[in-house]
Amino acid sequence: MAGLATSFGSGAMTNSINEIPDTKVMFVIGSNATEAHPVIGTKMKQALAKGAKLIVVDPRYIDLAERSDVWLRLRPGTDIALINGIMNIIIANGWEDRAFIEARTEGYEKVKETVQKYTPEVVSQVTGVPVEQLIEAARIYATAETAQIFYTLGITEHTCGTDNVMSLANLAMLTGNIGKESSGVNPMRGQNNVQGACDMGALPDVYPGYQKVANPEVQAKFEAAWGVPLDPNPGFMIPDMFEAAVSKDLRALYVLGEDPVITDADANHVRKGLKALDFLVVQEIFLSETAKLADVVLPGASYAEKTGTFSNTERRVQMVNQAIKPIGNAKTDGEIICELATRMGYPFEYQSSEEVMQEIAKLTPIFAGITHQRLGTQGLQWPVPHAEHPGTKFLHEGKFNRGLGQFVAIDNQLPAELPDEKYPFLLSTGRKLSHYNVFTQHSPSLENYSPEELAEINPSDAKRLKLQEGEVVQVSSRRGELKTKVKITERVPVGMLFMTLHYFDSPTNVLTNGALDKVTKTYEYKVCGVQISKLS
Amino acid sequence: MEWLTITIDGREVSVPKGTTVLDACRMNNIPIPTLCHAPELTSAGACRLCVVQIEGMRNLPPSCVTQAAQGMKVETQNPKVRNARKTILELLVANHPLDCMTCQKMGDCSLAEYAYEYGVTGEIYQGEKRNLPIDNGNPFILRDPNKCITCGKCIKACSEIQGKSILDFSFRGFDTQVGPAFNLPYNESDCDFCGSCVSVCPVGALVEKQMVGKGRPWEVSKVQTTCPFCGVGCNFDLNVKDGKVIGVTSNPNAPVNGKALCVKGRFGMDMIYSENRVTTPLIRKDGVLVPADWDEALDLIATKLGEIKKTYGPNSIAALSSAHCTNEENYLMQKFMRAVIGTNNIDHCART
Amino acid sequence: MAENQRILVCAGTGCASSGALPIIDILKEEIKRQGLEGTVSVVGTGCQGFCEKGPTLVIEPQHILYTRVTAEDVAEIVAQDIIKGERVERLLLLDQETQKPVSLLSDIRFFAKQHRIVLQNCGVIDPKKIEDYTARDGYQGIQKALKEMSPEEVLEEVKKSGLRGRGGAGFPTGMKWGFCRQTPSDKKYIICNADEGDPGAFMDRSVLEGDPHSVIEGMLIGAYAIGADEGYVYCRAEYPLAIKHLEIAIKQAQEAGYLGDNILGSGFNFHLKVFAGAGAFVCGEETALMASIEGKRGMPRVRPPFPAVSGLWGKPTNINNVETWSNIPHILRNGAEWYGQFGTEKSKGTKIFALTGKVNNTGLVEVPMGTTLREIIFDIGGGIQNGKAFKAVQIGGPSGGCLPESMLDLAVDYDTLTQAGAMVGSGGLVIMDETTCMVDIARYFLNFSKKESCGKCTPCREGTTRMYEILDRITKGEGKEEDLDTLENLALTIKETSLCGLGQFAPSPILATLKYFRHEYEAHIRDHKCPAHNCTALLSYTIDVEKCKMCSLCAKNCPVNCITGDKKTNTPYVINEDACIKCGTCLEKCKFGAVSRA
Repeated sequence: MAGLATSFGSGAMTNSINEIPDTKVMFVIGSNATEAHPVIGTKMKQALAKGAKLIVVDPRYIDLAERSDVWLRLRPGTDIALINGIMNIIIANGWEDRAFIEARTEGYEKVKETVQKYTPEVVSQVTGVPVEQLIEAARIYATAETAQIFYTLGITEHTCGTDNVMSLANLAMLTGNIGKESSGVNPMRGQNNVQGACDMGALPDVYPGYQKVANPEVQAKFEAAWGVPLDPNPGFMIPDMFEAAVSKDLRALYVLGEDPVITDADANHVRKGLKALDFLVVQEIFLSETAKLADVVLPGASYAEKTGTFSNTERRVQMVNQAIKPIGNAKTDGEIICELATRMGYPFEYQSSEEVMQEIAKLTPIFAGITHQRLGTQGLQWPVPHAEHPGTKFLHEGKFNRGLGQFVAIDNQLPAELPDEKYPFLLSTGRKLSHYNVFTQHSPSLENYSPEELAEINPSDAKRLKLQEGEVVQVSSRRGELKTKVKITERVPVGMLFMTLHYFDSPTNVLTNGALDKVTKTYEYKVCGVQISKLS
Repeated sequence: MEWLTITIDGREVSVPKGTTVLDACRMNNIPIPTLCHAPELTSAGACRLCVVQIEGMRNLPPSCVTQAAQGMKVETQNPKVRNARKTILELLVANHPLDCMTCQKMGDCSLAEYAYEYGVTGEIYQGEKRNLPIDNGNPFILRDPNKCITCGKCIKACSEIQGKSILDFSFRGFDTQVGPAFNLPYNESDCDFCGSCVSVCPVGALVEKQMVGKGRPWEVSKVQTTCPFCGVGCNFDLNVKDGKVIGVTSNPNAPVNGKALCVKGRFGMDMIYSENRVTTPLIRKDGVLVPADWDEALDLIATKLGEIKKTYGPNSIAALSSAHCTNEENYLMQKFMRAVIGTNNIDHCART
Repeated sequence: MAENQRILVCAGTGCASSGALPIIDILKEEIKRQGLEGTVSVVGTGCQGFCEKGPTLVIEPQHILYTRVTAEDVAEIVAQDIIKGERVERLLLLDQETQKPVSLLSDIRFFAKQHRIVLQNCGVIDPKKIEDYTARDGYQGIQKALKEMSPEEVLEEVKKSGLRGRGGAGFPTGMKWGFCRQTPSDKKYIICNADEGDPGAFMDRSVLEGDPHSVIEGMLIGAYAIGADEGYVYCRAEYPLAIKHLEIAIKQAQEAGYLGDNILGSGFNFHLKVFAGAGAFVCGEETALMASIEGKRGMPRVRPPFPAVSGLWGKPTNINNVETWSNIPHILRNGAEWYGQFGTEKSKGTKIFALTGKVNNTGLVEVPMGTTLREIIFDIGGGIQNGKAFKAVQIGGPSGGCLPESMLDLAVDYDTLTQAGAMVGSGGLVIMDETTCMVDIARYFLNFSKKESCGKCTPCREGTTRMYEILDRITKGEGKEEDLDTLENLALTIKETSLCGLGQFAPSPILATLKYFRHEYEAHIRDHKCPAHNCTALLSYTIDVEKCKMCSLCAKNCPVNCITGDKKTNTPYVINEDACIKCGTCLEKCKFGAVSRA
């Protein structure tokens, strides 16, 4: 988010999902789309069926790697070196789009200078990717008629996540593969409404629509609308909250529909923070691990039980329509917040979620033209600046949101924790097709289909550790330990253990590292050192 | 755009060049029965039910794959055409179980609909019928190959929508079957369980297992909504009967995904009725969470947050909003924190 | 002894299975033993066509034919014919009318009425030697095309010749090439359809086995005219000898500069590959054939787009069968006008027929289009076996139809046959006599069609089985009066609504027999009788008490012991019809003609 915002002036996916089938080249890095974003995966496969080329950058032999034209099996955490290397090759071969760089960007010379030292040979050594593959990938991407970069958490969940993203933005600008149909840089958002939570200002530094809390004009506008004085200072980001709880700077936490004990890195540290609080409220639909620590648990409603909107990864705001009444004594989350606000002396008197949307539209320029009625069955892609605006299919056409695209020179950085003698395996984490985060285990059919963690380990490692398929092992890191079954597969390289984050019984995040990206404070879920020990 | 004039059943109509005869008919509300045709898939021209008579053409061409041409004269309902369709339907019904009463597809079965319209009895051709084992080995899809009319739509959905090609024809002639390679059951194949095959099956050969016995099409209302799982934002229809969600079906007009869904979107909706749902407020008393009523719970929170704010200042309170909740709820949450509590201590889990 | 004699031993699949291959080796040894190596050569040739009388050999230059030759005959042939110049009479063919031995090919009726263009090298040259082919003007056609003609001129010449596709439907070849030529594309393919699948047809196999270079040359000329640079011969794997000879020929043609890049210095490139199909009948349908080459299940797809627009791998493709391609070199070499002198107004040239069934001379015959069925069956084929009466001829395999005696004077060409309810098809001619039941014949062909149906379209997949079931019931005496209407309606629907030719023509045997032999159906249904005494279930055997000598032979031989009687007690022998399995043993065994069948 922050990376793309720096480079382009907007952190969202630049193109639409339905531009994928017509793209000529797909550069997929750190994204297991067929499992984590299955329908985007199907669109990619449709593009392949139409003859598109596919470059996959991933340490694992994921499904897309199997279908790729070039698969770059890089060492985890060497993305910047790899991208710089590809840029080096592009420049060396004169494949860069000089006219685009000239007309639409700034800061190119600095990048050119930085990537000079990333020769194919050097990069091959750092990343483990053969020189020929680097050249082939560079050629395919740079000489494409249209090309899209896709990335997800494999890029961002690193201590250098923001830098990774800006490197990709550099690559796109270098070749002019941005700002047109089926060409761009596309971060695919994880959860159903991450995009919306950001859009709505569930962030410590911005109001809805990315309007800065520190901007006096913005502050004045919201103070006028809400009729109360507002704080111009950004608040805590998540990791800060747990630190602050331990230091008693934070006394109460209200958790809406999240389970940080399971989903946040270094879970034991999170648990410690939550326990230190004076008062913890959890509003959830399931009795989550976090809810079990709460002082008060409020039963919210599932998507089927309420009306509202979600914003998907391509900025499309779509209706969620109530199909049934909330189960039991539960209430919709909006209703609960309104009642609480009223009880605290600030009446939230909305008759419906539609009324809330009217207020959002009034205060949020990118949502200005959105009403529930206009969304109908097809939704609208923001920015929707006014009531007649048809929505925006792709961003940065003719001009970047920030004006000129910003090249940022970046050097390779090592992950915060790499395997060592004590913790010799590199643990990487991700998702699998049959589950989503931590709540699909509550679906009896999905649970039945895919009931347990199967940590992936390379056959040669398994042989060395004398492990059998399906054997339960103990995995430990500096921060915690757990038990999991293993699946022996060539999908992972030697020295890597891959686990998902879906299972309560193998809560992977007790192992992961709480080290943070310096800008977004995103945890480094993708790399840490672990030890695997046989149980019997 | 170039327009063509053609005559359908004596009526002159104009259609854009490149239109098939089938589309030309449907644009003009002239009904043509189809079993193997689906707008989102390439046409196979296999079931032959959409045959029409076209002046000057040998035989009865299938309208789904015949391009309209200037001056073409098409007859869609003459006795010859209707007789051919009826014969084809008789052939299909002769090799199809007649257990419609208990079939999950009853009321939504294209074969039954056309058999009824064309007065098919199923008695003309008495002979061999398939008797194949039912594939019931997975939690999502119930496959009854005896009901399959080998229209091939599931095969195309698997390859053209999902890009998997798990399904194909096997064996020949009358013994032709559709299924995963080597006659494996679904759960032993490489199937993703996206269910695209189910979404296009015109008969009861492929049905959503969760919905079996739960409701008839005419008892069910469909509510279009957005999937709660990943960020792609697929839309689908929740099928509701008597105030209960009984399943999910594709909505072909879904803007992002059309009929495509993944295993979670299509089959994970049973999460709504999980035993682990919290259905009443809980308050910790003596270290244990016990049920409470709403007034008690909300008053307690209001009081506690009020006290903490008063004692330690608004910045001693923080909230995690939710990437699972709606935009409106996220808006309310941040407004609650900023306007009611008075702090910018709001964040949510996945900002990346 | 004549100088420079050649002994041509037929080594086609037919004669090879009758034991021709050892004969070649023994002949060579014998020639060597007699010290004749310098003057007499032994050649294993492709099919000489007279399969009924195989193994056959021909001594050149005298054109002497020996039939049913065995290994034991070799020494005698060499000693008597080669050395002494005298005929071995017992191995000569007997003229069917005079019953006198005839030795000269030109005197043998089977050959005399044929006109061999496509088969002119078959049985004459060694198919494994390119020099044998070039010695008979082989590759002159492509040389002429490349050196003297533009692709358009070649196309015009083929159009002018009036050649029509020999695969069955008879589409004008030049026009088909023209469509493919017109489609702009960076890549085009041509394909030789050698997926000969009709029961009884084997002319394509014989051409590939006996004269493979003629097919290669035909394809070269076609590729030049169309603008293709790559070709496939799609040959069924059941033809191993054809594939072997073709592969040898391709290698030789490559070495001689006829295949590859810059052919004969002209700048024209053409590469040819053999693709072995797995023997599905439907893969003879061009779209299914291409799917099979692409590695997919052999299933036809709807046309348009026609292969000329979007064929193999989506590229413009032209497909002709073996016999069609094999005609091309002759047209180029001798000109369209020469070619046009053979055949009828609308069907030019010759056609090869595979003559089988109850005819005396089975084998391959090549006759000008327009030859009558009577000439083919009686003059060339030598009439019906065992003096029985002719009943019908099935033309065009399972997709064709049965024609009765009244149609015997039909001059065979594409249009007359189609009008009569049959088709030229691949050229199979199955001759039936009075003992053939026409319902059973229809049932036989339907059994073939239903097994070979690919299963894609409803009418063919479901309908062929239902038609078969009805026919099967009728032959078992379980037919119902309404069956004929049901059958006719079903047959017409399948014909009019099926996706590909296999389905569209699968009902032809039924429609033709219903048209010409409806009375036989009616006899089965109404009277529970099979007029040809063929359908087992409808037969009944009785013993005539008057003629019975009570020898008990019938009862002793009856496998189910259903005949009882006793001479001592003068109890007449009777057959218990309920137990009788109608095997006919009693009829065969009775020396007094007392057992009769009805």
